Amino acid sequence: MNNLGFSAICMCASLVVSCSNLTLRPDTLPIEAPATSGTGGEPLSILVAPTDTTSMAEVKGGSYVPFYGKADSSVMVKGFQMDKHPVTNRQFLAFVKLNPQWRRSAVKRIYADGNYLAGWQNDSTLGHSMLEDAPVTNVSWFAAKAYCNAIGKTLPTINQWEYAAMADETTRDARTKASYNQHILSWYEKPNTSGLPVGHTTPNYWGIMDLHGLVWEWTEDFSEVMLSGESRRDVSTDNSMFCGSGSVGASDLMNYAAFMRFAFRGSLKANYCVQNQGFRCVSK
Amino acid sequence: MMNRIKPLLGTLLGLWLLSGCTGSEKDAGQKSTTPPADIKVVGQSVAETTAPPLVPKPVGSREATKLIVNMEIMEKEGEMADGVKYLYWTFNGTVPGSFIRTRIGDEVEFHLKNHPNNKLPHNIDLHAVTGPGGGAASSFVAPGHEVVFSFKVVNPGLFVYHCATAPVAMHIANGMYGLILVEPEGGLPPVDKEYYIMQGDFYTKGKNGEPGLQPFDMQKAVDEHPDYVVFNGKVGSLTGDNAIKANVGETVRLFVGNGGPNMVSSFHVIGEIFDKVHVEGGDLINKNVQTTLIPAGGATIVDFKVEVPGTFVIVDHSISRTFNKGSLGMLTVTGPENKKLYSGKQTDGIYQPEGGTIQSMPGEKAPAAPKAANLAERIAMGKMVYSKTCLACHQENGMGIPNAFPPLAGSDFLNADAGRVIDIVLHGKTGEVVVNGAKYNGVMPAQTLTDEEIANVLSYVYSNWGNKKQEIKPETVAAKRKH
Repeated sequence: MNNLGFSAICMCASLVVSCSNLTLRPDTLPIEAPATSGTGGEPLSILVAPTDTTSMAEVKGGSYVPFYGKADSSVMVKGFQMDKHPVTNRQFLAFVKLNPQWRRSAVKRIYADGNYLAGWQNDSTLGHSMLEDAPVTNVSWFAAKAYCNAIGKTLPTINQWEYAAMADETTRDARTKASYNQHILSWYEKPNTSGLPVGHTTPNYWGIMDLHGLVWEWTEDFSEVMLSGESRRDVSTDNSMFCGSGSVGASDLMNYAAFMRFAFRGSLKANYCVQNQGFRCVSK
Repeated sequence: MMNRIKPLLGTLLGLWLLSGCTGSEKDAGQKSTTPPADIKVVGQSVAETTAPPLVPKPVGSREATKLIVNMEIMEKEGEMADGVKYLYWTFNGTVPGSFIRTRIGDEVEFHLKNHPNNKLPHNIDLHAVTGPGGGAASSFVAPGHEVVFSFKVVNPGLFVYHCATAPVAMHIANGMYGLILVEPEGGLPPVDKEYYIMQGDFYTKGKNGEPGLQPFDMQKAVDEHPDYVVFNGKVGSLTGDNAIKANVGETVRLFVGNGGPNMVSSFHVIGEIFDKVHVEGGDLINKNVQTTLIPAGGATIVDFKVEVPGTFVIVDHSISRTFNKGSLGMLTVTGPENKKLYSGKQTDGIYQPEGGTIQSMPGEKAPAAPKAANLAERIAMGKMVYSKTCLACHQENGMGIPNAFPPLAGSDFLNADAGRVIDIVLHGKTGEVVVNGAKYNGVMPAQTLTDEEIANVLSYVYSNWGNKKQEIKPETVAAKRKH
């Protein structure tokens, strides 16, 4: 069950929050080894870039208090560029055509599980009812990373993603607004949104769309925040990455939307391909 | 666990039963002297799982086995009440989830599948499991994936299972719970009918009855202010055509759980006394119980014999929940009357405190009472009758209770034929009626009201809630009464 053998971080009883000591540990980032060794058969090597048609938005740097942090544990995020919408089926299809090692029939199971591009008719044709403009889903972390790398970009880190996604249309940090949280939660309760086209939600403060309301998105270091899935156990103090269990007040209610996002990340392994998950890229 | 001493106690108890009586309580002791953890398993099979209110076949005398349980998590929209939609999170597509039936010593191989359409990761905590998190730690599963874990059941009883992914209260409040039964060696004593009922509380953005797709309200859950408290996931899951059934003379066993997440249930069946209650689903048996408490995250087994026909209403006797939040079910018993046990109404007398005696009602003549001088007065007096007599079932706003009590508001049934309505108030009504397109199959008893009172209350009903503004005269009622 352990993702890739990383140390667990935090998770607290149902609503809670405030975990301390979230540190990035580069030594535990997902396996890079296959990317640097080997020949053309290896998925992360020798990538051919498709034309990148996604326009990007600038996100200005700043500090923010992550969902998993204590009140005094604000994190600096440098400015970066982020894709305005998730990578689409059309874009990923072009990528797959240029990079045969990422075709469904060729990809290795350690890089993408059996759900990889599920729903496509074959290696180079989308499913009958799939829209070209819908976000590509059923892609693994490895595949998403390969795509971004091919066009000279990267996957966003959790901090970059969360920083950009805490904005609503008018505010950089809208997390204390009831409307912001209600919007996110209403998506959690809406079945089958992954087939809808990208770019139809209102752009946020930065001009970025679809961060909430369409699909989950991969992050570079998703496995850094790992939950056992047993939220009650994660409270225990025998974990060095102890998450202080806070008491719950109305002001903490906002966190249960974020809680589910982190729980979702915690349930993944890097080769999982999930129907409701896509990705977008960032660059400096 | 205390299983090491249990077999010895069981043996002693067994001997005592043999010498004392005839061992009718065969579930009181364990026959085998093997500690449950060491019971050998023979062969393997796929567990029969059933949707509520049904339960799988009893284990009977089968040996402990390797039992494969398949469970699929589905997030899907359902109906909480008429016109009220809700996105349920379910085990095997129902609330509560499938009933799992095992026997002590079984080795359960649990396959938990998270449907690819789902948005969220889930897991399962089975209270029948001896192990960290009741399995939750091993069963965290992403959408589109399946996890497998195994456990041996070593304590007999009726246990709750539920999802324990954060936020736990939300996963439970959305319907992620069910029951797993661990039968003792040789099984529970056989009965004629077995059913599966599980209570749960639900928290919606809109108030009770507000139509449309209702999102979950975390604040109400934290405050423990449910909008719905229901059996088997929705209002009306056990009423009308969905009522559970038995025949006169049969023994009935209910496996009753309480998923919560917050409310404790005062479980009661109106008109029945539980012959046996397995207190909190464990070994302790209490007898002749009226109402039994079921904790949130707990369960109970109740056995009783049904001896007279009729409709027995299943309630949470924290009674506002029953009449205002939905915790109402029905057990329909058919068969011959048994006048020795229950007579039905025998006499109806007038009680006059001043006179000190109960006098019988003089023939069919209505007693002296204030008479309405005009329609306005009639309606005002009718409202008082309504409050005392009709409101509990048909509700203050005349909307009734979906699947249990038909609406009087804007009622096509009512407006079609006033004579029929007078008949029903006078003589009662049993069996199916269709009101505004919905079927009802309950019982309305004959009302002991005077002609004047019936005229008043019906005039009140006809003058309100979009009905056809008809005045009902006492003479019309009197004529019907003679008829």
